[in-house]
Amino acid sequence: MFTFLRENAAKLADQTLTHLGLTFASLLMALLLGLPLGIYIARRKRVASAVLGVAGVLQTVPSIALLGFLIPLLGIGAGPALTALFLYALLPIIRNTYVGISEVNPTLTEAARGMGMTARQVLWRVELPLAMPVIFAGIRTATVINVGVATLAAYVAAGGLGEFIFGGIALNNTNMMLAGAIPAALLAVGFDLGLARLQRVRWSGSVGGDAGGASGKKRVATGAGLLVVVAVMAVAWPRNNPHRLLAGFAHEFGGRADGYPGLQKVYGMTIENRLLDQSLMYEAIRTNKVDVISGYSTDGRIKAFGLTVLDDDKHAFPPYAAAPVVREATLAKYPELQPALDRLNGRLTDSIMTELNYRADYLHESPERVARGFLMKVGLLQPAIAARTGQVVMGSKVFTEQYILAEIYRQLIEGYTTLRVVSKTGFGGTQLCFDALRTGAIDFYPEYTGTGLLVILQPAQATLDSLKRLPGAKQPAAIYSYVKAEFTRRYALRWGVPLGFNNAYCLMMRQTDAKQRGIRTLSELTRYVKGV
Amino acid sequence: MNPTPAAIDLQSVTKRYQNRAVVDDLTLTVPAGETLILLGTSGCGKTTTLKMINRLIDADGGTVAINGVDVRQQEPHELRRHIGYVIQDAGLFPHYTVAQNIAVVPRLLNWSATQITDRTHELLTLLRLPETVLDRLPDALSGGQRQRIGLARALAADPPIILMDEPFGALDPITRDDIRQEFKQLDVFQRKTIVLVTHDVREAFALGDRIALMDNGRIVQMGQPDDFRQNPTTPFVERFLEASGY
Ligand SMILES: Nc1ncnc2c1ncn2[C@@H]1O[C@H](COP(=O)(O)OP(=O)(O)OP(=O)(O)O)[C@@H](O)[C@H]1O
Ligand SMILES: [Mg+2]
Repeated sequence: MFTFLRENAAKLADQTLTHLGLTFASLLMALLLGLPLGIYIARRKRVASAVLGVAGVLQTVPSIALLGFLIPLLGIGAGPALTALFLYALLPIIRNTYVGISEVNPTLTEAARGMGMTARQVLWRVELPLAMPVIFAGIRTATVINVGVATLAAYVAAGGLGEFIFGGIALNNTNMMLAGAIPAALLAVGFDLGLARLQRVRWSGSVGGDAGGASGKKRVATGAGLLVVVAVMAVAWPRNNPHRLLAGFAHEFGGRADGYPGLQKVYGMTIENRLLDQSLMYEAIRTNKVDVISGYSTDGRIKAFGLTVLDDDKHAFPPYAAAPVVREATLAKYPELQPALDRLNGRLTDSIMTELNYRADYLHESPERVARGFLMKVGLLQPAIAARTGQVVMGSKVFTEQYILAEIYRQLIEGYTTLRVVSKTGFGGTQLCFDALRTGAIDFYPEYTGTGLLVILQPAQATLDSLKRLPGAKQPAAIYSYVKAEFTRRYALRWGVPLGFNNAYCLMMRQTDAKQRGIRTLSELTRYVKGV
Repeated sequence: MNPTPAAIDLQSVTKRYQNRAVVDDLTLTVPAGETLILLGTSGCGKTTTLKMINRLIDADGGTVAINGVDVRQQEPHELRRHIGYVIQDAGLFPHYTVAQNIAVVPRLLNWSATQITDRTHELLTLLRLPETVLDRLPDALSGGQRQRIGLARALAADPPIILMDEPFGALDPITRDDIRQEFKQLDVFQRKTIVLVTHDVREAFALGDRIALMDNGRIVQMGQPDDFRQNPTTPFVERFLEASGY
């Protein structure tokens, strides 16, 4: 951890600064809108519930969905991140301003008017100071929320500590993750305490008479000034040059040896890129915010978004052939299981799997229906046998392809054996799924050879190199046998026969764009990028 | 001949809430220097009447004039800066120190800092308050002290007219009697035009030059304390006095 920090100190400082910038710029914007709005609705109770309702709904929109919605409007980078943060900060500020002012004892405001204060004087001298503890609590809440949510800025290439956090999660690098998470947590706690302190200092004693009004105005002016700075920054944000290609990479792809670094090594490719969230990239490429994205070769969105997968002609990406991994104990207990699983041997090609993913993701067919359609087509659909003599527990990770595979297996096994299949779908990651399998919490799950090799086995570099040295076309089979042998030896887990498709990393472009620029392979992409 | 106009003049003033007349065609004239008591049962419209004088409430019908000028012809906040206002439980601003509370109206009138300090000390002497209270927040005062500060705040800019809504309401009977006696003896009280709201007959008799007894938004009897004692005009007046031990 400390070594990591030492080596990445500059990056950490940079990310922390960006993080703070995002947090405070968005907070200021939220204050500039939220405070006046909160004051306004405290005067007009009739619109209050509508305004609070809208702000409340905004608050509940999941951040990924919100960012996805903002990308077509604002592109990638600071724009959508600031906007999302701004929207999240609004509710606590509006609500607390509203509540704070509404709760000021009406006798006091009436007394103030009775003394001869104008409406504005009543606001600045009586209502705001008395509401300030509540308003300040709202600002504190918003700050803490924003420090947390600002990590998500890394999803849209806006930087911040999220880069380490999500990079670390994606790469299974705990040090990297903590290098982002700990400073983020410290910032949140620090600001909470700091603001609590500030609150006590600022509002005791100095509020008499005109001081409140004058310093309030000064604060607003400072805020407006900062906002201008932020706006300038946003405008100056690097724009997408139409002649140059901009790539959007998932954090994992950007950092893993077999992702972008692998491309750099094998193809000598250097392409300008931004780190984005996997699920937001498709929106970014569809709306021309980026031109090349990383992804997986069987993703249904390739079809849905009219993308084309660039051919990995030098075999930089390791193969990720899918196959079921089963506990040997389960196979021994239920001998009929293995033959049932083997029936899928090679039946699922890349294009079939892409199609199935597309159906589930974009035609919104249930995985159950997609699976049934597939089995019917390949003649493997059997009516379920009524009697059940035993049961196997099947796991899957949390993405569409795994859900579909799980359904296919369930229907297949229940059609060809008397076993009942219990599904435990939704393991958050490879490691979780694998641990569940080893401990016997599940009996099998669909895995990919590349994942088995790099995430689970993590062999010595020499072994990897020797596999890599094989001619590209021979690698898939060699990796499959290596992984299969090692799983049996180390964990008493058996790899079933491959399903046929290879869900490997890939780079993709918009079909029309790729055609126009004459790019079909990664070699051609490399040459194109160099040429410009 | 044009007689000097009354300090406060209400002509046929009416205030309705949800079509119910809370103050009903009420006419009332207070000459300068008089202390008039608005007396009556809870909910009879005393506070509403009082607030119509400084336009915290606008009348639905009739006219309210201060020194002969219709209040609707004046900016409400300008009008109010020249009318002292004391309310039950003082209504002091809890985030202001005592000194700041007293200085509210002088500040609004842009007095200089020295003027304000001088006046503040004058008022402390007048109301027999120790200097030490100046830097305290209202929460750190006794009820009786708060009430005095409330009065000091109303007197600060030396307004010719003072409106008081149950100024002693929150005090125990003994303190109440004491403060009342003190107030009565203050020289300022003799000079100023005061409208004081209460439902306490003793208080009304002790402080009032004249008393207006209200019921249901109307004045049922108006006169000097002795008129009430000797000559209650309606059974309601009699009952009201009897209930208070007169
Ligand atoms: N904003 C309002 N809306 C509706 N009704 C009101 C409003 N303000 C006062 N009232 C009603 O008007 C009537 C007179 O109220 P007001 O406050 O003048 O009474 P009061 O004589 O001062 O009584 P108390 O001795 O209890 O203070 C009451 O019945 C009260 O409920
Ligand atoms: Mg009242």
